Amino acid sequence: MSLHIKNGRLVDPATGKDGTGDLYVDGGKIVERVKSPSKTIDAKGLVVSPGFIDLSARLREPGFEYKATLESELDAAVAGGVTSLACPPDTDPPLDEPGLVDMLRRRALSLERSRVYPVGALTVKLEGKALTEMAELAEAGCIAFSQANAPLRDTQVLWRALQYAATFGFPVWLRAEDAWLAREGVAHDGEVATRLGLPGIPGFAETVALSTILELVRATGARVHVCRLSTAGAVELMRRAKAERLPVSCDVGIHHVHLCDRDLGYFDANCRLEPPLRSQRDRDALSRALAEGTIDCLCSDHTPVDEDGKHVPFAEAEPGATGLELLLPLALKWGQARELPLAATLARISSEPARILGAASGRLALGAPADLAIFDPAAPLRVAPETLKSQGKNTPFAGYELSGRVRTTIVEGNVVYEA
Amino acid sequence: MQHNPQLNATGELQHLLSIEGLPREVLLQILDTAESFAGVTEREVKKVPLLRGKSVFNLFFEPSTRTRTTFEIAAKRLSADVINLNIAVSSQSKGESLLDTVANLSAMQADIFVVRHASSGAPYLIARHVKPHEHVINAGDGRHAHPTQGLLDLFTIRHYKKDFSRLTAAVIGDVLHSRVARSLIHGLTTLGVPEVRVIGPQTLLPSGVESLGVRVFHDMREGLKDCDVVVMLRLQNERMGGALLPSAQEYFKSYGLTAEKLRLAKPDAIVMHPGPMNRGVEIDSTVADGPHSVILPQVTFGIAVRMAVMSIVAGN
Repeated sequence: MSLHIKNGRLVDPATGKDGTGDLYVDGGKIVERVKSPSKTIDAKGLVVSPGFIDLSARLREPGFEYKATLESELDAAVAGGVTSLACPPDTDPPLDEPGLVDMLRRRALSLERSRVYPVGALTVKLEGKALTEMAELAEAGCIAFSQANAPLRDTQVLWRALQYAATFGFPVWLRAEDAWLAREGVAHDGEVATRLGLPGIPGFAETVALSTILELVRATGARVHVCRLSTAGAVELMRRAKAERLPVSCDVGIHHVHLCDRDLGYFDANCRLEPPLRSQRDRDALSRALAEGTIDCLCSDHTPVDEDGKHVPFAEAEPGATGLELLLPLALKWGQARELPLAATLARISSEPARILGAASGRLALGAPADLAIFDPAAPLRVAPETLKSQGKNTPFAGYELSGRVRTTIVEGNVVYEA
Repeated sequence: MQHNPQLNATGELQHLLSIEGLPREVLLQILDTAESFAGVTEREVKKVPLLRGKSVFNLFFEPSTRTRTTFEIAAKRLSADVINLNIAVSSQSKGESLLDTVANLSAMQADIFVVRHASSGAPYLIARHVKPHEHVINAGDGRHAHPTQGLLDLFTIRHYKKDFSRLTAAVIGDVLHSRVARSLIHGLTTLGVPEVRVIGPQTLLPSGVESLGVRVFHDMREGLKDCDVVVMLRLQNERMGGALLPSAQEYFKSYGLTAEKLRLAKPDAIVMHPGPMNRGVEIDSTVADGPHSVILPQVTFGIAVRMAVMSIVAGN
């Protein structure tokens, strides 16, 4: 299929270019011109940008099909303009065998929607004891290795895992949370948890773990991406680590730049998240660090949870919220609050995560993959869970008035979504 | 912030879920109503017909003897029909969800649910899902709140001390795990007690406890000085010998209430305890049974306070 996208506002986050023009697509790539396009898209008044890249979206397959399926979640992805996503290994069974990864990739490919980048399990069954066959898993398509939210208590294993990964140059994605300090906790250890009588996870559970990770990066030279920062203290540690030129990067979830523990209100189970929503001060530090670049990218941390998982008391609720379809509007809301140019805002959900994935997408350059999102940044969007394509309907943003609606999503030159 | 789920559109008490967020007038209304019921409990015929024909379901997802019994007595004195469900050993073990249990009971025409649950916030979840004419009373949820206990503590304090505005009150012990402490602290600050203290080791005080409006003491002798009201909290045995406390003996030495330490408080200080007591752990028997103790009157007042709460929510 060849495309002519005309009169759009072309925003390239990779270069910062922002101007009206036409874009041509042929053979799955962005090209200079197409003589007789098979389809013409009028993008007048709309933004044409690289498709969004989400570093954490749970698709729930295999094992949790009652919560979500590849079909439902990839529908949600393209409806949100997300053309590439990395999925964490915490499926059932976890992604710790090449066969599982292969199957997931084939299933995803056959659906012809977003590109799916599997993140392999760092340890067998995510138990934090034995290393997985990383080389085999990488061959099957894993782009990095991770424990997802499963704890890795044994620092000896973490050390060896980083050494082993560094040997082959595999990136390791880690959440920084000391499992002992976080034990039994369900909310940020602070005023709100104290009032609500919820067991707390102290902020230093994150900085203690992050200090360990950074020290092991120094020792092993492993390339580590730190997932879902939640505290101001962690931001500071990352700032110093980057100044020291350690091979590290990090991201933050959409919830943590907009919400804080006060949003728990009267035990709103939609705010039961991992990591927990922290203080206003933490939220502001995260939001600022994302703008300054200390935090590299913004992700949805999409986690579909079924109703039964949320219709229980707060502490018993399953952590997580739906997010793929809210990534763009929440990124725009963040960018507006920080008064950033649109290209800079979009960089956090396109060119920056592309760099971390090592993907060629995330830019509007000639020859780049034609993964595109065409959207109206000003179109109002009232978050109504029942209208979401994702099977996960739970989000703390329900009822929020946001703006930004995707009109067309293109993956490898194919129109995969049209509103 | 969401609408306070305890109050109806006109600001009256729809459910009793927590003392936090209740206006002073509502607290006083409950205490005054309880005062009028205190007489009933002393009469020969201890019944009034206020809740005749109404059904009160005692839903206890966590074992309790005292609280459940006093709720039962209170409901019966109001002429309600009382159904006790000990769910800890019935449907929950069969895998039925909390909301399904409530929906089923609701289909049996309940008017008031009295709920105790091990998870903080469980009564809020139930209150969000019951029918408009049904009322939820929190009988203790996790570490969060135990509002009727807090109210009976307030009733007891008012009974002996009359005026809240001149008092110094201390809450001593395991504040971290205590729903009683949280409810009482909110009640005391709402009713204008100028100094509320908490006394305990750092391991038993929740982080940011000062934000509840209390002064923190780690030294019990210092904290007891000139107190009018001394509230001892129960220390559960399972807290011992772990990372929170080394031993009951050491705890008693530092934070147990003895006659000698009590002398630091005002001469007419009252000593309270929500029960059940661990004699020799948080409180010495000479104090528990001594002249300052109002621990048994607390239990008696508890019935009048629970009658007041049930009659008020049912009338709104």
